[in-house]
Amino acid sequence: MTETISTGLPMERENPFDPPAELRELREDAPISRMIFADGHEGWLVTGHAEVRTLMADNRLSTRSELHHPLFRLGNGDLPERPKAEPGFFLGMDAPDHTRLRKMLTGQFTVRRMNQLSAWIGTIVDEQLKAMRAKGSSADLVEEFALPVPSLVICELLGVPYEERGRFQEDTAKMLNFDNGMAEIEAAVRRIQDYMLELVERKKASPGDDMLSGLITTGEPTDTEVGNMGMLLLLAGHETTANMLGLGTFALLQHPDQLALLKAQPDLIDNAVEELMRYLTIVHMGTIRTALEDFEFEGHQIKAGDSLSLHLPTANRDPDKFENPDALDITRPSSGRHVSFGHGIHQCLGQQLARIEMRIGFTALFQEFPDLHLAVPASEVPLRSRMAIYGVHSLPVAWTA
Amino acid sequence: MRISVDQSRCCGSGMCVLTDPELFDQSEEDGTVVLLEPNPTGEHEKLAREAENLCPAGAITVTD
Repeated sequence: MTETISTGLPMERENPFDPPAELRELREDAPISRMIFADGHEGWLVTGHAEVRTLMADNRLSTRSELHHPLFRLGNGDLPERPKAEPGFFLGMDAPDHTRLRKMLTGQFTVRRMNQLSAWIGTIVDEQLKAMRAKGSSADLVEEFALPVPSLVICELLGVPYEERGRFQEDTAKMLNFDNGMAEIEAAVRRIQDYMLELVERKKASPGDDMLSGLITTGEPTDTEVGNMGMLLLLAGHETTANMLGLGTFALLQHPDQLALLKAQPDLIDNAVEELMRYLTIVHMGTIRTALEDFEFEGHQIKAGDSLSLHLPTANRDPDKFENPDALDITRPSSGRHVSFGHGIHQCLGQQLARIEMRIGFTALFQEFPDLHLAVPASEVPLRSRMAIYGVHSLPVAWTA
Repeated sequence: MRISVDQSRCCGSGMCVLTDPELFDQSEEDGTVVLLEPNPTGEHEKLAREAENLCPAGAITVTD
């Protein structure tokens, strides 16, 4: 079979919301194609929804970080190093290591437990909106609302004092920024890890009613594992939802018909959240898997050691799966679903928390600020194109005071 | 129709409970699937199929 070969992952977007056009064309041509990774490795680029979804759940593929070839070079030309996942960092592990660690946490993120947090999350959202209103008639939505809400929530759940966010927020941004070199990224990671280990010591001396204390009390994980699990939850818990709230608000403001529909029919919110997740796919580089053995997939010979770039944003715009895929349509039946939370055993652990934060966040924002609008031309909204998680760096908004 | 679940495969994503809380629940302890109704009827049959399809870990099997 003749294979299409691309060199490197296309990253140029034509507009803030759509995946690179080059990838959409490639998907039509070949939902599975060859791609040269940044280190010269000839791997695979997968862009079809069905193919991406199937491969994410295939245990012949590994998520172990040390096996993956890098997708791109960092800003200073460095090839990102991919060491073995540190103890506790289960995102980069396969079963059974992943299973053991994830199981320690799944009971904390059940649908029921997250629903029980609704009223409390509602209070946090209301307080942030009140603080935003106190700014007058304009503010940066990211700084006043999108970032603080999920940060306050995950900090409280983990037992990380929010007033100490200076110890991880800037370093998180450094760690996720592709324009930084490897040394800078590693130093940022190390500082967050040191902070988490210090917290573990403090929790041991004086435990609280929180997840970190709970993990320590079970006696199962080592201190290092608790620290790294805490770091993983902290990062995954605030960067992701924050960017969905920021970019999601931008998308709704740029689609006034959809926003009007949501305001007229607030019951559509759960569906709207799923559609925004699909339409925006903030994990914009997708995810990587590496084959552990040779196998044939859809007529392609995958070899052990091959890395596969599974491109979630393009998969979420596949017309074979979604009718009129490039339209934001909050009435779209959500069944059959997007792959934005992933698929397979690594599917987002905090997805039920994220859903509730978005449901309450978007609803309260547009109730409280019905005439919310952009305070700058849309073209001036700074996009997180060079960050591991896509979104907006800031979103200047205004309202009638 | 009959639903069977495999707790050892379950990764606790909660997709089944989100799809039909009358058929599925999650254990308080480790979040794994708890089957509330192995023989769904009426509208729940369709939801059972959907839960089977959405389960990220292949822990739900529906047979006619």
